[in-house]
Amino acid sequence: MPPGIERDVNRFKQIVRGKVRQNLRKYITQGEMIGRKGREAVSIPIPNIDMPHFRHGQKGSGGVGQGEGEPGQPIGRGQDPGQGEGSAGSEPGQHIREVEISLAELADILADELELPNIQPKGQDSIKSVKHKYSSVRQTGPDSLRHFRRTFKRALKRQISSDAYDPIRPVIIPTRDDERFRSWKDVSEPQTNAAVIYLMDVSGSMTDEQKEIVRTESFWIDTWLRRQYDGVQRRYIIHDAVAREVDEDTFYRTRESGGTRISSAYKGARIIIDRDFPPDDWNIYCFHFSDGDNWGEDNQGCLGILTETLLPVCNLFGYGQVQSPYGSGDFLRELKKIDGDWENLILSEIAGRDDIYDSIKQFLGTGR
Amino acid sequence: MTLSMHRTLPADLKAIQDEMEGHAAAYGLDFFDTVFEVLDYDELSMFAAYGGFPTRYPHWRFGAQYDELMKGYSYGLQKIYEMVINTDPCYAYLLKANAITDQKLVIAHVYGHCDFFKNNAWFAHTNRKMLDQMANHAARINRYIDRFGTEVVEEFVDACLSIEDLIDPYLPHIRRRPAKVSQKKTEAEEPSRKQPMRFETRSYLEPYVNPPEVMSSLDDTPDQERAEHQRIPAEPQRDVLLFLLEHAPLKDWQHDVLSIIRDEAYYFAPQGQTKIMNEGWASYWHSTIMTRHGVTGPDLIDYADHHSGTMATSPQRLNPYKLGIELFRDIEERWNKGQFGPEYDTCDDIEKKENWDLELGLGRDKIFEVRRVHNDVTFIDTFLTADFCRRHRMFSFAYNDGSKNYEIQSREFDQIKQQLLNNLTNHGRPMIYVDDGNYRNRGELYLTHQYQGNELKLGEAQETLRNLERLWGRPVHIESVVDDLPTVLSFDGTDHEMVTL
Repeated sequence: MPPGIERDVNRFKQIVRGKVRQNLRKYITQGEMIGRKGREAVSIPIPNIDMPHFRHGQKGSGGVGQGEGEPGQPIGRGQDPGQGEGSAGSEPGQHIREVEISLAELADILADELELPNIQPKGQDSIKSVKHKYSSVRQTGPDSLRHFRRTFKRALKRQISSDAYDPIRPVIIPTRDDERFRSWKDVSEPQTNAAVIYLMDVSGSMTDEQKEIVRTESFWIDTWLRRQYDGVQRRYIIHDAVAREVDEDTFYRTRESGGTRISSAYKGARIIIDRDFPPDDWNIYCFHFSDGDNWGEDNQGCLGILTETLLPVCNLFGYGQVQSPYGSGDFLRELKKIDGDWENLILSEIAGRDDIYDSIKQFLGTGR
Repeated sequence: MTLSMHRTLPADLKAIQDEMEGHAAAYGLDFFDTVFEVLDYDELSMFAAYGGFPTRYPHWRFGAQYDELMKGYSYGLQKIYEMVINTDPCYAYLLKANAITDQKLVIAHVYGHCDFFKNNAWFAHTNRKMLDQMANHAARINRYIDRFGTEVVEEFVDACLSIEDLIDPYLPHIRRRPAKVSQKKTEAEEPSRKQPMRFETRSYLEPYVNPPEVMSSLDDTPDQERAEHQRIPAEPQRDVLLFLLEHAPLKDWQHDVLSIIRDEAYYFAPQGQTKIMNEGWASYWHSTIMTRHGVTGPDLIDYADHHSGTMATSPQRLNPYKLGIELFRDIEERWNKGQFGPEYDTCDDIEKKENWDLELGLGRDKIFEVRRVHNDVTFIDTFLTADFCRRHRMFSFAYNDGSKNYEIQSREFDQIKQQLLNNLTNHGRPMIYVDDGNYRNRGELYLTHQYQGNELKLGEAQETLRNLERLWGRPVHIESVVDDLPTVLSFDGTDHEMVTL
């Protein structure tokens, strides 16, 4: 970027971030962002970033065009930006209506606004992974790793010094001696991978509205954890009386009826951890969303599994109780019994969309 | 940053420049010295965001524009080939990545612009040393930022920019007010204030016969008349910025910032007034020079491709390049053949009209004259003909409130011309005047929008009022039309109000 404009571009980005921050609660509660998610960035509609002027509206507006067509024939939608008005092309395109913002940046804004502490990955010293770093050169190796520039340079040097170089016809032919290959070193790095297991109650008492809340909340949790860890693996479990592991899409769309047996889901989570995520190598996160309407006799079993197998291995176990018109919410009371013993058990009550913001803060505010 | 990023032009481009300059001069184009510089796309985008200048005062809007240009470029949606600014000497920027044929075309095009800047009457009052002036503006605003802080200054600049187009583009050309305010009227000339009736009496009886308290209570009728008399401004004034400079309670630095914004708005105004002519003129010359001299064998396809790309038309948007070049060509042909004047206009014989050729050969002279005296509005008003509209399949379109679509409205010449003139007049923007700087005798500002069938965008107008109030410091009002009813929009510093008259 040319140095002159840099200050203005930075200032503009700062203003955009400011606007996002201002409206963060709205974005969070409305779940607007999720539909606009790309791989690396979300595009966000920013209100009022244009300089306001006295301008004509659409009503009564018109222009002159060229081409075929009969009177009465439509030539463009009214809401199309930059069309129709000032038809002689006199208006430069100044419609900044959506700005793109990277997920990382969004996470930073979220962190700033919610005052989230950075996560201290557990066992930073003990969990190491070995990585190859291509930082050196050697004389032998596979062709796929041949260092073209170095090889070429050496060949060129040799040919010039041996007077075999013809500037008119500069053909360079490397010999076996000229060739150089990239080589790696093993570097051990602290492992910062995280596994997130989402569990959701899909029993009859969870309605679409509740699922939307779960969806919104897990989007933000994801965004934050991705910012904090190099790699984030996600797993999804739905349960009613029995638990199933599903993909992300199914997770948000399934609607079951029937009773609730939460212990089945916790068992499922344990199975996944044993299978895929050895706790010594992974930072494990579980988030469970339910309306808290568990089958009474099951509660004791749940607590057993939690305290014996899940809580000891998880960085964080979040339980979000979504208020539903049908659920009794008993389960939260059960969990509160053991809440004091486990620092990594976070309970949050979500009465409606407006609580998502605070609930995220509760979950992620621990810095675990 | 240094003012000049000047790099010497590569030899091959220098050769093209010399060649093109020679052709242009031979055709009688008359321009300031022109300095070409080659830039990368990010540099060119920066210049474009800055309106063509290397140094501007710091403002986020330039950054926003830069960001948009770079995005548009990287997504392949748009590309700037060239920029040229109205200064003496003229500075023109070429994109480094342009193919050599493009550079030829662009250089020829630039000479058209340079000639236009120098000779068109509407540019006569622009500051040709604007490069220095802009740098000076930047230095001044930077100084205020250092002293008062970025946010304070930026907020004020934002407010000014929000109304930067409320200027009077004709002001530099017309003396609207006497240069010096004439002497104050003497007592006798002042329209006598109506006095309550007094009874004739001796002076020592005066307080008893005409008691002062009674007299003053009778003296209430002329209030309104007095207000009429002291009306500020005396007549509705279009240069709202000037009015604010003269009457708004601004601090010294704010006054200076507002005058900078106004200065720059006046500098850029003629470019908005002559978009069609300026682009048409430059295109006319690049086309003339390229087709007769510039294009050699292998260039032909590239040239044809890019020229026709520039001239593309679309139903929703009139292409100023296309309209301009075709009108200039049309004028040239008509004046070559003598197809003008009452005799030609009143001729009823279609065949005779089509073959009308007096072999006057006045075309070239005529278009040079046109480029000297006209702006877009007068250009269209004078030279757009029914025949031209038909040949170029022009139509007028209008917004249909029912279907929420823009729809083709008419192919009648009169309607097309009227619509086009409406769009061009004041840039297609609302005409707004200061009506009263002491509204309701409370120092409130009252603007009027001269309604011509097109209502204001309501939300944006209210936001603008908010900015205006920041400058004026007292409640502000604008009289306009909302939903077909005359309405006054007001903002008093905290609340918006909308009152139907």
